Amino acid sequence: MREFCYRFYKNKLAFLGFIILFIFLVMAIFAPYLAPYDPFQMDPQAMLQPPGADHLFGTDQFGRDILSRIIFGSRISFKVGLISVGLSLIVGVSMGIVAGYYGGWLDNLISRIMDVMFSFPQIFLALVIMAVLGTSSTNLMLAIGLVYIPIFGRIARASVLSIKDSLYIEAANSIGVSNLIIMLRHILPNIMAPIIVQTTLSFGFAIRAEAALSFLGLGVEADIPSWGIMLNQGKDWMEMAWWNAVFPGLSATLAILSFNILGDGLRDALDPRLRNEGE
Amino acid sequence: MLTTNNNLSSQNKDSKVLLKIRNLKKHFISKKGLFFSKEERVKAVDGLNFNIYRGETLGIVGESGCGKSTTGRLLLRLIKATAGQLEFDGVNLMDLNKKELTAMRHRFQMIFQDPFASLNPRLKIKKIVAEPMLTHQLHKADRADRVKALLEEVGISSSYLNRYPHEFSGGQRQRIGIARALAAEPEFIVADEPVAALDVSIQAQILNLLNKLQAELGLTMLFIAHDLSVVQYISDRIGVMYLGKMVELTNSDQLYQQPLHPYTKALLAAIPVPDPELRTNKNHLAGEVPSPLNPPRGCNFNTRCPAAFAKCREIEPEFKEIKPGHFCACHLYSREEKTNEN
Repeated sequence: MREFCYRFYKNKLAFLGFIILFIFLVMAIFAPYLAPYDPFQMDPQAMLQPPGADHLFGTDQFGRDILSRIIFGSRISFKVGLISVGLSLIVGVSMGIVAGYYGGWLDNLISRIMDVMFSFPQIFLALVIMAVLGTSSTNLMLAIGLVYIPIFGRIARASVLSIKDSLYIEAANSIGVSNLIIMLRHILPNIMAPIIVQTTLSFGFAIRAEAALSFLGLGVEADIPSWGIMLNQGKDWMEMAWWNAVFPGLSATLAILSFNILGDGLRDALDPRLRNEGE
Repeated sequence: MLTTNNNLSSQNKDSKVLLKIRNLKKHFISKKGLFFSKEERVKAVDGLNFNIYRGETLGIVGESGCGKSTTGRLLLRLIKATAGQLEFDGVNLMDLNKKELTAMRHRFQMIFQDPFASLNPRLKIKKIVAEPMLTHQLHKADRADRVKALLEEVGISSSYLNRYPHEFSGGQRQRIGIARALAAEPEFIVADEPVAALDVSIQAQILNLLNKLQAELGLTMLFIAHDLSVVQYISDRIGVMYLGKMVELTNSDQLYQQPLHPYTKALLAAIPVPDPELRTNKNHLAGEVPSPLNPPRGCNFNTRCPAAFAKCREIEPEFKEIKPGHFCACHLYSREEKTNEN
């Protein structure tokens, strides 16, 4: 563990990603205290103001403070990320472990379901689910969660296959440990490394998907300050007020990028085969 | 034939028998080809007949791939036998369903060959040793104390309870594996080459430990190894396996001093014996072990046997008692008998 922390710390880029995400997280948690203005407060006196001393990132067409809306937008991004990734993590990993451990027709069934889900482009699948379920933030989290289930399923299944013939699994069998306990106690902890990496990367994907779907009008409700909705509304004013679209876009990019470099860093730190490289 | 049957039935009545193995077989089937699939049968274990008596250590020796480890796993029903009978203390293990079998598992345990792979790297050793008790609901009140006592028993300080397996050396890990096997208070232990992965100096320590524990706890043990000196040291009786079959079974002194089967003789000739007079036969085996996919007709050993004659290539020899307590499967010792019977 200490060696892992050291290796992770040595990776400056990943550490930077971690710091940025930590700042975003603090922003999301303490949004009401950090935001200089009420994100819903319209101000007809201050419509489409450029970035300046009063409004650091400017205001939108209703005079709402962009910075405050971005700060509150981080809440919805992280909420969607957390819940949808949580959903796909729990469902996907369970399915993957069951498929990999039991094998046979059960494995075939689960793997084919995942193949079908994989055969659609992710954003398209999420769009279809949203169109069927209707726009709401709950449905959005459900849709994004469903789309990423097969990714976790495949990773878990492949990892289980690589360890299920280990002697310690056979030892547990010889003791008489039940299959459920073997999966939870002996398999799950030993396949965590790739799953942790995928979880981190998926957070980035989920935030991107939320922004993309909201931008297309199939995401969260339009009155919620979300980076995607701000982008959508801001694009109409691009020529007169670039700050309306650029700042939400930048925050989304920064958050997604941070998750990606953090994920890559974790992969390097967790994978012993890459040890001693790049040092 | 008659003698064999009589002998086996007399053994059946003996309450000292802990495990009764009759005609036990394990064939692994692999299918080849896409459309016209061809079945290939690997006869890993092909008809074993022997008893294991309470309190004894039965050694099993043989070359790699002769079915030793498969035998060990079959006896614990870690893999399901293709055919045959397997009785543990009067209970037919082949008939049990999964639940009944699980309930019995604490009575027989296994010690594994590779101590680096047999312990879950993510569990602290106290949890590893406690697992059999947890699984079988044993020692609910004093479990923690018992884990300590077990570890002390095998020579691991109880101050290491909270360490992970990778913090220990190979020998120490094997000790932890032994403590785990003992935790459920089993009557029967299969030790699958428990010292093969260890240094020679550590081997002796582990063997002494096993000997000590066996005497203290009255364990019955099946000790699998390919190292003849190791087996001789620890075993009361020794079975020699060749290509999925047992070719000879007798007590260890007998086996080393008066081996009957040509394969046993060849095996013994291959190890350096300090006393030159013990070397009765200096034949070194030629050729390779035939593939278990396609074993030879007649006696399995006829392709490499220096004493093979015509009958060996036609008829499979029976595994029977040649001298009291000395079983062997070889036509060399049944010629007269057979002719007499006929």
